[in-house]
Amino acid sequence: MTSLFIQLLQAILMVLLAPLVAGFVSVCKARLQNRHGAGMLQPWRNIRKLFAKEVVLAEHASWIFRFTPYVVFTATVMAASVVPALLLDTPLSLTADVIALVALLALARFFLSLAGMDIGTAFGGMGASREMTFSALAEPAMLMSVFVLAIGAHSTNLSTMIEHTLSTPLLIQPSIAFSLIAMLMIAIAETGRIPIDNPTTHLEVTMIHEAMLLEYSGRHLALMEWASMIKLLLFSTLIIDLFIPWGISMTTDLTGILLAFSLWVLKLAVLLLALAVWETSRAKLRLFDVPQYLGTAFVLSFLGLIIHYMLEIAA
Amino acid sequence: MSASFTQLLIDDMAALTLLISFALLAQHRMLSVLHWFAAQGLLLAATAAVVAYSSGEHELYISAMMTFLLKGLLMPWMLWRVIRKLHVHREVEPLMNSGATIIIAVAVTLFSFHVMQPIELTSDLMTRNSMAIAMACVLLSMLMMITRKKAITQVIGFLAVENSLFFAAIGATNGMPLVVEIGIAFDVLIAALIFGLFFFQIRNTFDSMEVDAMNASLIHKDDHE
Repeated sequence: MTSLFIQLLQAILMVLLAPLVAGFVSVCKARLQNRHGAGMLQPWRNIRKLFAKEVVLAEHASWIFRFTPYVVFTATVMAASVVPALLLDTPLSLTADVIALVALLALARFFLSLAGMDIGTAFGGMGASREMTFSALAEPAMLMSVFVLAIGAHSTNLSTMIEHTLSTPLLIQPSIAFSLIAMLMIAIAETGRIPIDNPTTHLEVTMIHEAMLLEYSGRHLALMEWASMIKLLLFSTLIIDLFIPWGISMTTDLTGILLAFSLWVLKLAVLLLALAVWETSRAKLRLFDVPQYLGTAFVLSFLGLIIHYMLEIAA
Repeated sequence: MSASFTQLLIDDMAALTLLISFALLAQHRMLSVLHWFAAQGLLLAATAAVVAYSSGEHELYISAMMTFLLKGLLMPWMLWRVIRKLHVHREVEPLMNSGATIIIAVAVTLFSFHVMQPIELTSDLMTRNSMAIAMACVLLSMLMMITRKKAITQVIGFLAVENSLFFAAIGATNGMPLVVEIGIAFDVLIAALIFGLFFFQIRNTFDSMEVDAMNASLIHKDDHE
């Protein structure tokens, strides 16, 4: 019963914390650029404002266009709610499979691209085509980098993988280092961050994610933006779970959960601070260089896999 | 240091060696190729030192020192001077696009793993796991030699083959006898010196560092005669 409650709490936390997380990154970036910044609560204010506004629909918009924000939001929330953040063994942890997670995100992406093309503007179609091209490269790389860990744990279930990581001694295994670097690169690409995509602009010829959202307004836009913030939190939590899970609670007692929560927030803060520094120090890649970036991530995760077989299993 | 920690350290270094071989293949600029080549030499020296420590073979310390000086510092510096004097530091021109090269590289790595796995089982050294990686590195350096147009990148590929063979020797037998190693080291040093001289000759004769241009020029000369 308690574990069910914690599962629910975890899911709600993921959804509610997501705008704060996005706010935290933008505050960090603002400080790094010597600006004061809009404050951590700004994404929340934006979402509230957008929910209050009326929806303006294009004349040619079909049901797909109206339907998509709900699909995208639901799929992302579903994916986020099963990822273990506080408690290792929750009632839904059996469904926390990495492949299912990637599939849920792919579903969201599929509808997002459909909606981008549905409205018939040039930017929507362009964004959709780019998103599909890059995700075709990013998804195999992400799966490959997860498989490096999954082979060791003999499972693609997140809870089992975390348990395996916790039970092995704390050593830098080369294959896991490769997989971590690949995963970080993929996470940056998948969450639409610099150097792949710029989340703060709506006025760039090279935009990907924003190009598909250009025609959305009101609560639809609010849901879309919220979903992409949840995706950022989801990927950060996934990286924490896969590579630095120490501190996650095994039991449902209050102190364990509180400790797990504070450690989770701490790890998140470090990861997001690193993201802010990275984003500030980087220029955006040329669009035609993105396949090479993703290819590097793929090769790194593949090397991780080979090295795992060569060095760690043979030993 | 405990045995398992040294083992892990050697494994990490083997993994890094493989990564550097891939990085050498993927570079676009001549100077970054050279940087990775220098990194390979330094890593090789570190690996030799760690293996020397773990196996207790004191001769390996000497070859680690030699590797550090020759392959980590002297040869990259010599090549850097040649590159700067010839003004070829900008683009590396591959024969294939880099995506195809990397796919072949991955296939080559898988192949060498497949070939070396039964051989590894017959060895009981701590470094036996790195044999497949050493073989992969040799093949990757050869791949670098055959997919590049410019003579200078081909020479770096050749020197990388030698580095990988040294790595293979450390992994398979805890290093060759010191006399052999000193001999090879000086052979390679002389080779690098001669290559350096040849580059200037090549440029004077053919006005280009591209192998295709040299062939074309020779064929052209035959026509004249």
